[in-house]
Amino acid sequence: MPTRNPADMLQIAGIEMVSWRRIWLVAGLVIAIALPFLFEGFTVFQLTRALIYAIAILGLNLLTGFNGQFSLGHSAFFAIGAYTTAIMMDRWEVAYYWTILPAAAVCFVAGFLFGLPALRLEGLYLALATFALATATPQILKYEPVAKFTGGVQGLDVFPDDSPVSFLSNDQWWYYFTLVVALIAFLVAWNLVRGRTGRAMIAIRDNPIASKTMGINTALYKSLTFGVSAAFTGVAGALEAIVIQFVAPDSFTFLLAVSFLVGLVVGGIGSIPGAIFGGLFILLIPNWADQISQGLSWAIYGLFLIGAVYVMPAGAAGLVRLVTMRLAKKPSG
Amino acid sequence: MSGSLAERSEPDPRTASGPLLDVSGIKLSFGGIKALDDVSFTVDSGQIVGLIGPNGAGKTTMFNCLSRVYVPNEGQIRFKGQPILKEPTHRIADIGIGRTFQNLALFKTMTVLQNVMVGGHCTTASGFIGNALRLPSVRREEDELVGRAWSLISYLGLESVAHARVSDLPFGTQKRVEIGRALASKPTLLLMDEPAGGLNHEEIGGLGDLIRQIRDERDITVLIVEHHMSLVMAISDKVVALDFGRKLAEGTPAEVQKDPEVIRAYLGTND
Ligand SMILES: Nc1ncnc2c1ncn2[C@@H]1O[C@H](COP(=O)(O)OP(=O)(O)OP(=O)(O)O)[C@@H](O)[C@H]1O
Ligand SMILES: [Mg+2]
Repeated sequence: MPTRNPADMLQIAGIEMVSWRRIWLVAGLVIAIALPFLFEGFTVFQLTRALIYAIAILGLNLLTGFNGQFSLGHSAFFAIGAYTTAIMMDRWEVAYYWTILPAAAVCFVAGFLFGLPALRLEGLYLALATFALATATPQILKYEPVAKFTGGVQGLDVFPDDSPVSFLSNDQWWYYFTLVVALIAFLVAWNLVRGRTGRAMIAIRDNPIASKTMGINTALYKSLTFGVSAAFTGVAGALEAIVIQFVAPDSFTFLLAVSFLVGLVVGGIGSIPGAIFGGLFILLIPNWADQISQGLSWAIYGLFLIGAVYVMPAGAAGLVRLVTMRLAKKPSG
Repeated sequence: MSGSLAERSEPDPRTASGPLLDVSGIKLSFGGIKALDDVSFTVDSGQIVGLIGPNGAGKTTMFNCLSRVYVPNEGQIRFKGQPILKEPTHRIADIGIGRTFQNLALFKTMTVLQNVMVGGHCTTASGFIGNALRLPSVRREEDELVGRAWSLISYLGLESVAHARVSDLPFGTQKRVEIGRALASKPTLLLMDEPAGGLNHEEIGGLGDLIRQIRDERDITVLIVEHHMSLVMAISDKVVALDFGRKLAEGTPAEVQKDPEVIRAYLGTND
């Protein structure tokens, strides 16, 4: 008979870890729902963007954290998602909520196709190939034949409908819309990771040869994971286009891809809830740094980053794990 | 590819009566080193066969050919009468060949239970969409796999460490996890590369019993590489001896032990 994981049976203040996890989940949800009523418009807008980044980081985490494939190019999939939404709304006047799944699908295909040649590359070589993808993207978006659709340097304005709920402002409405998409994204990621697919992804990261010997089609899994990862990040891009109501090539530079990587590391590589912390970090810290000193904002950002990595070498998720391990006791009796 | 499919659908007369595994004329060189030089042998269904030889004889290389991690330069490997060298590596587990590794190839960040469950990958089928939605069929498959993994874990006496990360466990325990992981794929033929590594004298006796049990109770044919001669000679129905990539002898344990070439190889005298 299966026995329970002893780690789940550890207690803090007489309450088992499994129950704590549920308590935190419910508390987190309550806080997330209450936030738009606790803060004013601009902060709500910022929180919405942090959630969007969290989804993008979650996508990167599936690829890099769980499957061990490095990407410096996820800004490209973020851009493809954003432009899919913008073009659908601009050209065909599709309602914004119908553009999310198509953006995911387009990015899945793009990620899968990029993942095929990437199979031959590992570690630093894969990093370089994805770097090329990131640097090429803004240029391609401006390139003449493509510019017909993308609006070239000027980009595209998008006009989503106003909040359909009378007592919610537009900022609050976009927050809740984003929150629902984020919850679905996190649930899907959790489902993927805890089942057969997730075990295969991690197995490939841990030992590619043994994975093959265990019957895992590693090439197929790696390219599918690339596609799924790109789809998550593409959904985030689609949300960004809707919320900002504007897309332009220079919002999707290599710097954005590095930001995702920063969020991944700071949140916790291979941790699903860690992506939320990562999203908050890459959105809030640059703003704070800017407020402290405009001239030295990058230096201050750098200090925050070094501080974060120093205090939390395994990311925010790792710190939480460490603290709970310290506090947890074996059940008495 | 189409060729191998056609071959597979034709009824092979040897499937019923021939050996389970038929290795013929395998040659494989690395640069100038002939790791395997025209090696042929057979394994019959239900046998325990020992593959012995001094360090560097080519035993692990042979296992890597059988599990299609390496492709030999020449030769043919037939399993249940069908050629397997054209199959992709990840199909080998499905075909019925499971293996353990000499120097451990566990998924080090995973628990014992998860490692054994990955071993059952080829016996399950759910994909990304089913898992993303956690469909009822996925849940059922997962429950069934957890149940099977647990019965293997208790069969191998690993219950107390089932939720431990494998990298935190001693070498000998990790070798046992490898056996569990290989059994989870429901193999017809199990390749074991030095399973006695890291075990003490007493534990080696237990390992011999375990291997016999695996053969008798689970109907699994075993090909075992082992330096521990008393173990190999006690459990094997047949022994194949290699040295410098060449087959020296093939026969019953008694015959191989008496073989002058084998004795010379083990005493280390050069000719
Ligand atoms: N990937 C490889 N590249 C180069 N040479 C290799 C490779 N794999 C094996 N060899 C060489 O092939 C020969 C046979 O090695 P193999 O590992 O099969 O020996 P073995 O019989 O398993 O020895 P041991 O008992 O020490 O495990 C050795 O000379 C080894 O150095
Ligand atoms: Mg060896």
